Amino acid sequence: MKSLLLLITILLLPAGASALEVFACEPEWASLVSELAGEDADVTIATTAFQDPHRLQAKPSLIAAIRKADLVVCTGADLEIGWLPLLLRRGGNPEIFMASDFVRKLEVPQVISRSQGDIHPQGNPHVHLDPRNIRRVAVALTEQLAAMDTKNAVDYNARLADFQERWSDALASWDQRVMSLAGLEVATHHRSFSYLANWIGLDIVATIESKPGIPPSGAQLASLLERLSVNPPVVVIRTPYENEKPSLWLNKRLSVPAIQLPYTISGNAAVTDLFTLFDETLRILEEHQT
Amino acid sequence: MRTISVVVALLLLGTHMPVVHAQDLEDEVAELRALLTEVQQNYEARISDLEIRLAKAEQLASGARREATEAFDIAEQTAIDQSAGTSAANTFNPALGAVLSGVYSDNDGFELGEAEVNLKADVDDKFFGNLTFAVGEEGGEGEIELEEAWLQTTSLPGGATLRGGRFFSGAGYLNEFHRHVDDFVDRPLPYQAFYDGQYKVDGLQARWVAKTSMLFELGAEASTSGETLLANFGGDIGASNSWQVGLSWVKTDPDALIGDGELALVDFVWKWAPNGNSGLRNFKLQGEYFSSEESGWYLQGVWQFLPQWRAGLRHDTVEDADRDSLMLDWSPSEYSRLRLQYTNDRVFAETDDQWFLQYIMSLGAHGAHQF
Repeated sequence: MKSLLLLITILLLPAGASALEVFACEPEWASLVSELAGEDADVTIATTAFQDPHRLQAKPSLIAAIRKADLVVCTGADLEIGWLPLLLRRGGNPEIFMASDFVRKLEVPQVISRSQGDIHPQGNPHVHLDPRNIRRVAVALTEQLAAMDTKNAVDYNARLADFQERWSDALASWDQRVMSLAGLEVATHHRSFSYLANWIGLDIVATIESKPGIPPSGAQLASLLERLSVNPPVVVIRTPYENEKPSLWLNKRLSVPAIQLPYTISGNAAVTDLFTLFDETLRILEEHQT
Repeated sequence: MRTISVVVALLLLGTHMPVVHAQDLEDEVAELRALLTEVQQNYEARISDLEIRLAKAEQLASGARREATEAFDIAEQTAIDQSAGTSAANTFNPALGAVLSGVYSDNDGFELGEAEVNLKADVDDKFFGNLTFAVGEEGGEGEIELEEAWLQTTSLPGGATLRGGRFFSGAGYLNEFHRHVDDFVDRPLPYQAFYDGQYKVDGLQARWVAKTSMLFELGAEASTSGETLLANFGGDIGASNSWQVGLSWVKTDPDALIGDGELALVDFVWKWAPNGNSGLRNFKLQGEYFSSEESGWYLQGVWQFLPQWRAGLRHDTVEDADRDSLMLDWSPSEYSRLRLQYTNDRVFAETDDQWFLQYIMSLGAHGAHQF
């Protein structure tokens, strides 16, 4: 019985796949891999824009996906601590690339205690929303890809050069648009937009979760409301995966728009890659700027 | 501008002079022509001057942008280099976690649960190690029980892993979980009847995950308690549903835990969350069937209806004995949980209503939970 099953499985195996198999934890890294590797890599994405990357489960489909992977491209900084280590102990031995290792982390906590909520000792992991970080990660990721797939190394470097050129142009035009957005006062749900705010110069006047990962209590919301009604933010922003209720509650009581920013690829219909991610994010913010 | 006004003024002047000589006219025309040429040359010179200045400004701007980018890169790299950790004697300490729990029941009063301590770390590039011991009291005397002490390979090729030492057998869905992650205060009846709560073995486990798009896993265990064969299948249905089915066969010494020494198990779990985003709302349905000389099964559903709140219902039975349990728990964070449970117990001739109040708190490193 067992040998029969084994035989069936061997027959079902794909015959000599040549492309690099990449397992990306989040859509933004999958998109970057596609930019840099093109046809040379097959990419599986573990999460969608509508799934909280902190709270995923080590589900069977992901065990199977990571088993096939040659390379895992994730954020790191403990964002995936709740599920990735478990997947990696179930038979797959891929190379591991953690994007946050190559950028400077914001909000590195001074005091490390769970009383502060679900903090990340290495700093805020939502690094991809600063386009300058994307550029840094692209360089490091290309080195990783080229080292693993030496016969296509020239292709990876050529695609990197092309990507860097397009990214620099895009960045120059975003930098123009960002100037008028600097100082925009916003409230956020979780600290998911710290890198975006740091790049644009958004002024985050309040975070609905007073401690990361812990839903706000009624009393906390009431005191937040009291504080914000004196000097209300221009807009309340959240990701597609975050609970909309607290934002909508603030929206109702402060008469301030509560909006969902795309956060990552496919976060809304217009966002199909990293370029449109920033285009859309800026467009939505510009819409609400007074 | 000034030149233009001069020209206009001259023209105006011209129209106010009724009588003029031909010679004067010609002189004036020549003068005006000269002026016009001068104006033209002046403007061309200015435009080209402006063009040069614009080009210079653009060059400067792009240079400045490049310099700014380079400066940013250097600053970032310096910050990254400086944040690279410092080394100390305890840098390589294993991850340490502890679980504290206790139950108050209306039948037995307050019972302090075992305090569970867990240490885990990569041993080197080839092995991962895990140690769990439980500190408790039995009949007034303190005792330390070795729950798990195993090593596992981390770099075998072909999807294979080997685990050796004392570990929770992979036979049965719930069996591999620590008690503190259970959804009810007590284990289901078949687990109590066939496994005495948990089937721990001292031996070796081999597992192999196939290279397929769906999960297909085979496993075998050889231990001082007997042998086990396992198979697990699983996958997703759309973005919102995940499932897993397991089959196991256990053979032990007839005097060990299980009836006549042979046991077949079927387990399944199905999890649902809108768009697969389990943080806000989710539902889990699981059931297991044990078949030996006797048989037993349980079926339970747990519904997380708010981010911190879950409700669950379970029916469990072995032979003629059965129970129904209802629970409600509140988890202020991922690391703490308070639970209220009601059980309608019909195991003995007389029906028994039981109430439980339980706390489970997790300190320190708290690793990932399997599906």
